[in-house]
Amino acid sequence: MEIALSWYLTLAAVLFAIGVAGVLLRSNLIIILMSVELMLNAVNVTLVAFSQSMGDVSGQILVFFVMSVAAAEAAIGLAIVIAIFRNKLSVDINDFNLFKW
Amino acid sequence: MDLAGAYEGILFDVAGGFTLLLLMTAGVVCIVWDIFSNDDPVLPVLAAMTCVVAAGWEVRGLDAGSSTAFYDLIRAYGLTSYINITLLISALVSIVLSVPYLNRIRRGYGEVYALILFATAGAVMLASANSLVTVFVGLETMSIALYILVGLVRQGGGGIESALKYFLLGAFSTGFFLYGIALLYGATGTMILPDLAAGFEARGSMMLLFWAGVALFLVGFLFKVSAVPFHMWTPDVYQGAPTPLTGYMSTASKAAAFAALILVLYYGLGDLAATKWQTALAVVALVTMVGGNIFALVQNNVKRMLAYSSVAHAGYVLVALVAGTGEGYAGAAYYLLIYSFMNLGAFGVMALLEWDQKEGSEQTIDSLSGVGLRKPILGVVMTVFMFSLIGFPPFGGFFGKIAVFAPAIEAGFTWLVIVGVLASALSGYYYLRVLYVFWMRPQSWSAPQVQAHKFPVPSLSAAVLVACAVVLTVIGFVPVVRDLPMVYFDVAFTGGTP
Amino acid sequence: MNPDLTILLIVLLPAAGAVLNGLLPLFWPRLRKHETVIGTVGTGMVAVPFVLTVVLFVQGYGDPHVATFYTWMGAGDFTVSVAYRVDHLSLIMALVVTGVGALIHLYSVGYMHGDRSYWKFFAYLNLFIFMMLNLVLADNLLVMFLGWEGVGLCSYLLIGFWYEDLKNSAAATKAFVVNRIGDFAFLLAMFILVREVGSLDFATIFAGAEAMSQGTISAVVLLLFIGATGKSAQIPLFVWLPDAMAGPTPVSALIHAATMVTSGLYLLARLSSLVLLAPTVMGVIALTGALTALVAATIAMAQTDIKRVLAYSTVSQLGFMFMATGVGAFFVAIFHVVTHAFFKACLFLGSGSVIHGMHEVEHSLRHKGYRGAFDPQDMRTMGGLKRFMPRTGRTYLMATLAISGIPLTAGFFSKDEILFKAFEFGLDGHAFAWIVWAVGLGTALLTAFYMTRSYMLTFEGAPRWPRADEVQPHESPWTITMPLVVLASLSLIGGFIGLPHLAEKIGLTNWIHGYLAGHEGHPGPVAEAATQTHVGMPAEVGLILLGSAIAVVGVWWSWRFFACHGLGGDALIQGRFKGLYRWWKRSYYWDEFYDRTVVRGVIGGAEHGLAPLDVRLVDGAVNAVAKAAQRISDCVRRLQTGVVQAYALAIVLGVIVVIALIVS
Repeated sequence: MEIALSWYLTLAAVLFAIGVAGVLLRSNLIIILMSVELMLNAVNVTLVAFSQSMGDVSGQILVFFVMSVAAAEAAIGLAIVIAIFRNKLSVDINDFNLFKW
Repeated sequence: MDLAGAYEGILFDVAGGFTLLLLMTAGVVCIVWDIFSNDDPVLPVLAAMTCVVAAGWEVRGLDAGSSTAFYDLIRAYGLTSYINITLLISALVSIVLSVPYLNRIRRGYGEVYALILFATAGAVMLASANSLVTVFVGLETMSIALYILVGLVRQGGGGIESALKYFLLGAFSTGFFLYGIALLYGATGTMILPDLAAGFEARGSMMLLFWAGVALFLVGFLFKVSAVPFHMWTPDVYQGAPTPLTGYMSTASKAAAFAALILVLYYGLGDLAATKWQTALAVVALVTMVGGNIFALVQNNVKRMLAYSSVAHAGYVLVALVAGTGEGYAGAAYYLLIYSFMNLGAFGVMALLEWDQKEGSEQTIDSLSGVGLRKPILGVVMTVFMFSLIGFPPFGGFFGKIAVFAPAIEAGFTWLVIVGVLASALSGYYYLRVLYVFWMRPQSWSAPQVQAHKFPVPSLSAAVLVACAVVLTVIGFVPVVRDLPMVYFDVAFTGGTP
Repeated sequence: MNPDLTILLIVLLPAAGAVLNGLLPLFWPRLRKHETVIGTVGTGMVAVPFVLTVVLFVQGYGDPHVATFYTWMGAGDFTVSVAYRVDHLSLIMALVVTGVGALIHLYSVGYMHGDRSYWKFFAYLNLFIFMMLNLVLADNLLVMFLGWEGVGLCSYLLIGFWYEDLKNSAAATKAFVVNRIGDFAFLLAMFILVREVGSLDFATIFAGAEAMSQGTISAVVLLLFIGATGKSAQIPLFVWLPDAMAGPTPVSALIHAATMVTSGLYLLARLSSLVLLAPTVMGVIALTGALTALVAATIAMAQTDIKRVLAYSTVSQLGFMFMATGVGAFFVAIFHVVTHAFFKACLFLGSGSVIHGMHEVEHSLRHKGYRGAFDPQDMRTMGGLKRFMPRTGRTYLMATLAISGIPLTAGFFSKDEILFKAFEFGLDGHAFAWIVWAVGLGTALLTAFYMTRSYMLTFEGAPRWPRADEVQPHESPWTITMPLVVLASLSLIGGFIGLPHLAEKIGLTNWIHGYLAGHEGHPGPVAEAATQTHVGMPAEVGLILLGSAIAVVGVWWSWRFFACHGLGGDALIQGRFKGLYRWWKRSYYWDEFYDRTVVRGVIGGAEHGLAPLDVRLVDGAVNAVAKAAQRISDCVRRLQTGVVQAYALAIVLGVIVVIALIVS
């Protein structure tokens, strides 16, 4: 049986919202990074669902790009986290507010 | 398909995407070269030459009408060439200014130049995007290179904190941006920008999906150009980032994002219910202009002040986009060119001065006391940049402001322009304060301190800054040069429907 | 040669001279010593444009030739461009400016010899010529205003050239401030024109004049005239000119006699067809001119400083020119500008030569141990100078005769034409012209009298300086006397370019009338009031005879009087006029009047009335806005907490708002 498009979209929207909430609420940098990944993958679900329902592949092609970009971002993100951890021995986001006002 | 035709097609694609390919290749060459010969002084030369060659290629393409290449993925020639030249100038100036900066902190950082090339490649892709895919890939290529550049020079904890903030918020906004792309794709069934409107009308009844997609998509750009309230990363990042690269971020990445926004609005949305996004952009432009200038008023750190001022300038450009006319887009592109010169110049002066200041007072406005008299060249060019940033006649900034405000008035957004003019009057305060401190406040140094901080202005950097100042002055005084870009805009925006 | 290129060279060469003489010695102090080089460059950069102007003049541009070199910007229909206009009017002015200018530059080479700021002097002087050429060649009011302000600036710089003396810099400031009042009116006139016509080009203004209401035109002309009273030293703004004599004498000759002070006249002549549309204002102009002429002439009677006599005489002669303007005879005004440039420059340069000589006397006296007061400009200590400075004396006499209007000299023709035109205008039914005519006649008599007095006191009689038997001045060098000779010759013969109407009977025409006002069916650049009545030949002969008689009587009377009484003549006059003489001596207490009313009024009002208002209300408002902005800024900057998640929250809120705005 065919699952309706709206289910996929709703799932993706919920996942995206969870990702946003994660970024906004969690204080551990690693978790925030994971939340961002969650947001991106939620979009991937949307894209694949649209692509599937329309029978058009360009959405799925974009998903490949998104995946590679997400990988690159994860690499950079982790590198930054490592660098910052060496500096401050902390991965709590609230510890980094040198620049403000 | 016959072989000759395919060959011709490939040639055309390569020619159209030449700048992109050249920048990518040169970036890879730089990285590999750096592996074998670490921090080779040839690297900046190579990077700079790449920019010059690419810019020369783009000059060639200025006269041609805009066309697409690589299966409609990117746009080439015409307006795109114009924007690319802006980006390449920005990259070139940043490379030249980075050399003494990095030498000064005794680090070669060969990969900096590769990363600048990659970032520029991303910016070029973004600015010549004709598909949602290239918009995304271009934006991300540029952003990822910039995340690294911001965090690369680790002086104390500053740079890395900036990188963290930039990265987190950038990735966060990318999520929204990407979601917008997905919704747009779902509502229209296509990724190609000029097909969006037709696809939307063909599929019908996708109102909510489409406009929500447009909104999220716009947010991605508004984040990159640091429009209020998506601007909050800007001061923190600009303050901590290496100064020559701050100049690059505030000009090239902004110009590329604006260029893509123009392409999306002009080719993608066209006449599709313009009032919807016009209202939203007008509101954003309003708060951006007012907010940027208000925030900048009380800053004591000059880089931070310039960061807020760049927020305000993004607001001025948005005013031109709000007009939604060809003149508006042309005015925005024109403003970006002029803005690049003055902002690169201002950050360039700050980059040189950063090493000419007392311990612990880096970048604060007080540390600039009497610089104008101590280093007259920097003083004079800074004066030009500041007056130009205010929009004071006869410098380039004045004509840039006319170019962005006039179309908005014609389109009936007079109230927005009035706010813009008042807000830029406010900007006089903090720009002139810099000049006041530069020229009129005696430096509070003892003779030995002056001796200890003797720092000759590198001649190449000085030449680049003087060139920027001369361009701004010439734009002010020579109408032929001033009107030159408009010729290409006419080709780009009045050549009928795309 | 291409006329555009010629015009460009004419304008730019003096600018180049200013840059060369100004900037190079500024950065390389060693160059400052080379007076010959500086003087040659300075003079050459004016002499060459003079030659080029002559070339243009010979080629003869009957139709206006407009050369637009540069358009700075356009906003809508309004463009700002640097355009020069060569027609008969601007050519004749440019000839005077460059010609007299070149002579005075040459004169300055000798006169300023040994001055510490020799280079600066020539730089300023060249800059002045550049600005003056912009003023007279401009094709629109904006460029003209640029020149107008530029000459004002140069005038300020040169009056205060010896700024170490506080008196001089005060005079410079006074000139500048008084001029600003006039400039303000000029600006207002331009604003009105931009609003009404939408352009500042002369051609467009003339074309658009018909569409303007009578009131607007009158307002514009009146404002322009007020602007002119500032620059051309007319009542009520003439007070700066006598003080302006604090500058070096060549400056007085060039700027405050021959060229700059006539720019007000030039402005009105340039816009003559506009002025003619405001007959009421013309009456005001003519009467102001007449009053100024009379007042200044009487003041000149009682002055003892040789340069102040000449200064008031300049004011008086400018009054004559305004009389001509007011009766619609613009070409006569320009004619008098030209002749006046000749004889007044000659007189000033002559006085400079005298002062040069008297400085020598002072120097020798000091050398010999003389400790008393000595003013080298005071005519009371001069006398008998023609024996020591024969060439200066002769040329001064020639110019004196010319300004007095002795028949066949330059002044005779131009002054006579002014009186004739006033008479004609009176006959035409304009009552005010009779007053103007009568005042003009009286002033002419006074002019002949006081100018001869100045000659007599300076050059005739016995020397009156201390130890006159031991200490004697010498004639000035050739660079000083040569310009004197040239200018004196021109003062004698220069009037023949404007022969009276009468000359037509013997087949001669009034060249300058045809040149400026044009001929039947081919109008020139200067308009003319149309008169219905025609003055008959007997009347004209009578008028000429009357004018000649007045001049001759004035000169003869004064000559006899001062030859007989010498310095005692002044005392006799004082005895005769008593109270009135004191008024003349003190310039009618004009300065004191302004000081009591305007200056004190303004300062007092500012201190007691406006200052509190300014501090509390205006400053208060401004500061309140600034404070408020800062306070707001200080508050909102707290939003920028430095915490990433707060920023992310802002982004989310922004997203919600943007979606709401777009989707709704």
